[in-house]
Amino acid sequence: MLRRTFVGAAAAMLALSGSALAQETLKVGLILPMTGPFASTGRQIEAAAKLYMQQKGDTVAGKKIQLIVKDDTGVADVTKRLAQELIVNDKISVMAGFGLTPLALAPAPLATQAKVPQVVMAAATATITEASPFIVRTSFTLPQATVPMAEWAAQNGIKKVVTLVSDYGPGIDAEKAFTGAFAGKGGQVENLRVPLANPDFSPFLQKVTDAKPDALFVFVPSGIGAQFMKQFVERGLDKSGVKLIGPGDVTDDDILNGMGDVALGAITTQHYSAAHDSPENKAFVEAFKRANPNMRPNFMAVGGYDGMHLIYEGLKKTNGQGGQALIDAMKGMSWTSPRGPISIDPQTRDIVQNIYVRKVERVNGELYNVEFATIANVKDPVKAAKSN
Amino acid sequence: MLTILFDGIAYGMLLFVLACGLAVTLGLMNFVNLAHGAFAMAGGYVTAVLMNRHGVPFLATLPLAFIVPALIGLVLERTLYKRLYARSHLDQVLFSIGLVFMAVAAIDYSMGSQQQLIQLPSWLQGRVEILGIQVGLYRSFIIAVCGALVVALQLILTKTRFGSRLRAAVDDPRVARGLGINVSLIFAATFAVGSGLAGLGGALGAEILGLDPTFPLKFMIYFLIVVTVGGTTSITGPFLASLLLGIADVAGKYYVPSVGAFVIYTLMIVVLVLRPQGLFDRAR
Amino acid sequence: MLSNTADSVRASLNRRGRWKIGEIAFWLVAASTLFLLPERHLILNEIAIIGLFALSLDLILGYAGIVSLGHAAFFGLGAYAAGILARDGFADPLLGLGVAAIAAAVLGFVTSFLVLRGSDLTKLMVTLGVALVLGEIANQASWLTGGADGLQGIAMGPILGLFEFDIFGTTAYTYSLVVTFLLFVVARRIVVSPYGLSLRSIRDNALRARAVGIPVNRRLVAIYTLSAAYAGVAGALLAQTTQFVSLDVLAFHRSADVMLVLVIGGVGYLYGGLIGAIIFKVLQDVISAWTPQYWQFWIGLILVLIVLAGRERLTERVRALWPRSRGRTVDRPQPLTTTPAREV
Repeated sequence: MLRRTFVGAAAAMLALSGSALAQETLKVGLILPMTGPFASTGRQIEAAAKLYMQQKGDTVAGKKIQLIVKDDTGVADVTKRLAQELIVNDKISVMAGFGLTPLALAPAPLATQAKVPQVVMAAATATITEASPFIVRTSFTLPQATVPMAEWAAQNGIKKVVTLVSDYGPGIDAEKAFTGAFAGKGGQVENLRVPLANPDFSPFLQKVTDAKPDALFVFVPSGIGAQFMKQFVERGLDKSGVKLIGPGDVTDDDILNGMGDVALGAITTQHYSAAHDSPENKAFVEAFKRANPNMRPNFMAVGGYDGMHLIYEGLKKTNGQGGQALIDAMKGMSWTSPRGPISIDPQTRDIVQNIYVRKVERVNGELYNVEFATIANVKDPVKAAKSN
Repeated sequence: MLTILFDGIAYGMLLFVLACGLAVTLGLMNFVNLAHGAFAMAGGYVTAVLMNRHGVPFLATLPLAFIVPALIGLVLERTLYKRLYARSHLDQVLFSIGLVFMAVAAIDYSMGSQQQLIQLPSWLQGRVEILGIQVGLYRSFIIAVCGALVVALQLILTKTRFGSRLRAAVDDPRVARGLGINVSLIFAATFAVGSGLAGLGGALGAEILGLDPTFPLKFMIYFLIVVTVGGTTSITGPFLASLLLGIADVAGKYYVPSVGAFVIYTLMIVVLVLRPQGLFDRAR
Repeated sequence: MLSNTADSVRASLNRRGRWKIGEIAFWLVAASTLFLLPERHLILNEIAIIGLFALSLDLILGYAGIVSLGHAAFFGLGAYAAGILARDGFADPLLGLGVAAIAAAVLGFVTSFLVLRGSDLTKLMVTLGVALVLGEIANQASWLTGGADGLQGIAMGPILGLFEFDIFGTTAYTYSLVVTFLLFVVARRIVVSPYGLSLRSIRDNALRARAVGIPVNRRLVAIYTLSAAYAGVAGALLAQTTQFVSLDVLAFHRSADVMLVLVIGGVGYLYGGLIGAIIFKVLQDVISAWTPQYWQFWIGLILVLIVLAGRERLTERVRALWPRSRGRTVDRPQPLTTTPAREV
C-alpha cells in the first residue's frame, strides 16, 4: 500500500515537473539496439524517425520536439535503466523504439508507474501490449502476419508443412499461430526449432528434406534470413518442389536484394513491402533512400516512421500534453501509412492493418516483395481470440 | 546420414581455417589474440566489397581475402602486437578486445550494420548426388580448399626450414636467437600468415556463416573452443578438433534438435575435464 | 625463530587489516554520491552491482589465480533465483539475496571440481562452457524463466519492510551500495586473514604451498564457492533493482565485460573491480550519449591505449594510494613482501 502511494506521489511529481518544463520542448526518448547483433533494426528505425522529423518539422502544437537516441546494446536491463533515466532526468513525454521483445517488456512497468506512453516500433510478440496500459504498437504482431499465411497456404493446395522457427518468443509465437490456424484448416504440420544463435542451418534443412513437405514455413530474425535462404536453395529444396513460405522477416527488404536469385519465388505475408504501390510509399521510399544512400527501408523503418507519426498526431490532439491524455488520444487513431491504411485498436492499443501476400520478384533489376493479395484490417488474432 | 557427416566435415574444415591462425598465435607464440575474428571479418569484407561493388569474380577475390588481412596483420604485428609478447595475458586480452571493438565499429561505420551477402558463381551452387549421397557443391569446394591448406600447413611446419625455425623460436626464443634465427621476423611472418588464413576463412565462410560487423564477437567462442579442445601444440590437434566439433554440432542438431545447442558446449566441457590439456596434446 | 615468524606474520596481517585513509575516503565519496548526484542514481546502482560482480571475480582471479570467462553463470543464477522468488510471491529483497547467494554457492561448489584443473586456457573454456550450458537451460526452461522473453512480473517488497524501491533509483542505489560495502568488508577481512595469505601462496606457487602443508584443493574450492556466492548476490541485486531478468544475464558478454572491468581497474587489491566499474561505465555512458552508434570504437581505442601506456604501471600507481601493498619495510621477513599481483 505504502508502495502504491509512494509511486503515485513520485509519478505526480514527475507529471508536475514534466508540465512545468513542457512549455518549451517535448522530449521523445528513442531506445534502440544501435550496436550488437540487432544493430540494423536500430539503424532502420532511427533513420526513419529522423526522416519523419525532417519532413514534418520539429514543432508540434507550438512546442519543439527533441529526439534523444540511446543505445541499449540489445540488453534488457540496460533498456530499463535508460528508460528510467530518460523519464526521471530528461522528463521525456514519450519513450519509443524497443527492438526486441524482452527489451519492450523490461521498461513496461515504468510506463505504467510514470504514466509515460511507450511506443513499440519493432518488437512483435503478441503479448507486449498487455504488459502496460501505456504501451501502443506501430509495428506488427507475429500472429497477425502469420495467420493469413496459414489461410493462404490452406487455400492454395498445400497440405503438409514443416515449420522452422528460431527458438525464442516471436519464433514460438509464429509457430503456434501457424500451426493452430493451419491444422484448423485440416493441414498437417511438423515443428522444428533452431537455436537463435545458429550459424549453420544444414542439419535442420536435412530434416526438412527427409520430411518431404509441400511447403516450409520459416521464421528467423531478419538478419539471418539471407543465410537461411541460401542454404535452402543450396540443398535443392526449391527444386524438389518445397515452397518457401513465412512471415516477411525472412525476405527483409533491407537485405533482400543482396540475396540474389535464390530468393525468387518465396511467398511471404507481411504488412509492409518497399514495393507497396501507393503514392505515400513511393514518396517515403524515395526520401528514405535519399537520406540514407546505402539502405532500403524495411518493415522496421516503417514501424519507426509510423511511430513518430502517432506521437506527432497524438501530441497535436492533446495540445502537447503527455501521460494518460496522450495515450487516450492515440487510441483509435487511423491514418494512411506508407504501408497502407492502419489504425490503433482502441481496446488493445495494438495496430490494425492490412496484411499482404507477396512473392519475391525482380523489378527494374532489383528484388522486391511484390504484393499480389490483400487481407484487409487484420487485428492481432491472439488478443482477438481472448476478447471473444 | 552420410550427408550429415559430409556437412559436418565441411563445417569443421571451415572452422579450422578460421581458427588455425589463432592456434598458432596462442599455442606457438603464447599470445591471446581475441582479435583473430576481426581478421576473418576483414577477409570476408574484402570479398564482399570486391564482388558486390566492383564485380570481381568470387575465385579472384580469394587471394586478396588472404593478402589484405595478412598485410593488416603484418602492420599491426610490427607496430603494436610485438610490444605485447612479453606482457601478461590479461594485457593481451584487454588490448585485443579493444582492437575488436574498434574493428566492429569501424566496419559498421564504413559498411553499415546489415548482413553482407555474396553471389556464388553458378558452378558452385546447388548439389549433386555421388554414390547416393547428396553433396553440396560449395561445401565440396570448401572441403577441397581447406584440405589442401591443411596439408600445406602441415608440410610447411614439419618439413621446411621455416617450420623448424618457427618451432625452435617458440620452444626457446633466446637459444633460437643465439643460433642466428631472426625470431622477431619469424613471428611477424607467422602472425601475418595466421591472419591471412583467417581472412580466407572469413571469405569462404561468408556464404555459410553470414557476415556482419559483429562477426568477430559472434565466432570468438567457436575459435577458442577449437583451439582449447585441440590443444595448442600442433596443427593436427586443432584440425581434428574442428572436424569433431563440426560433425558433433551438425549431427547433434539433426538427431536431437531440442538439445542441439547443448551438444557442442557439453562436448567441450567433457573433453576438457577428461583431458585438461586438450584432446590431442602431446603428453606432458 | 618459528614463533618470531608467526609473530611477524600476525603483525603484518594486522597492519594490512587496518583501514587506510585512501580507502576510507573512497567509501566516503561513494556514500556522498547518494546526496550529491541524485540524478545519476540509476547508473550508480549499475556501477555498484558491476563493481560487486567484478569484486567476486577478483577474489578468484586476483587472490587465487583462477581465470574465468564464465562468471556470469553465477551472476545469472543469482538473478534468476531472486527474480523467480519475487515473482512467486516472496517479495522480501533480503530473502532473495540469501537464496541467490546459496544457489550460486551450490553451483560454484559443484562446478569447482570441473574448473580447478588444467591450464589457464582450459579453465577459461570450462567456465565459459558452464555459463553457456546454463544459458541454454534457462532458454529451454521457459516455463520457469520466461525464456527469451525474459522473466516478467517481479514485484519487490520494501527492504526490511521499510524502504520502497522508487523510480529515481535512490533506494535501489542505497541498497546496492550498502550490500556491496558490507560484502567488501567481509572480503577484505578474508584476504588479510591467514586463509587469504594461504590463497596467495597457492596462487604464487601451488607446488610449494602444498609442500608446506596447505590443503590446496580445499582452499581453492572454498574461495571459488565464496566468489560464486558473491556473484550470485550481484545478480540478485540486478534482478531486484531492475525487476526484470532476461537471458543476457547469463550471456558471454556479461562474463567478458566483468573481466574487462576488473582488468581495467587492476587485479588483486579488491578495489580494482570497483574502480574498473566506475571507469568503464562512466566512459560508456558519456561516449554512447555522444555517439550511440559508434561508441564501441572509442572504448576500444581507450582500451588499446591503456595497454600500450602500461596498464600495470597505471594500476600500480592507484594501488600505491593504499600503502599496505607498497610498504616494503625492511623489518618484514622477505617471503611476505607483497609481490604485485601475478597476472594470469
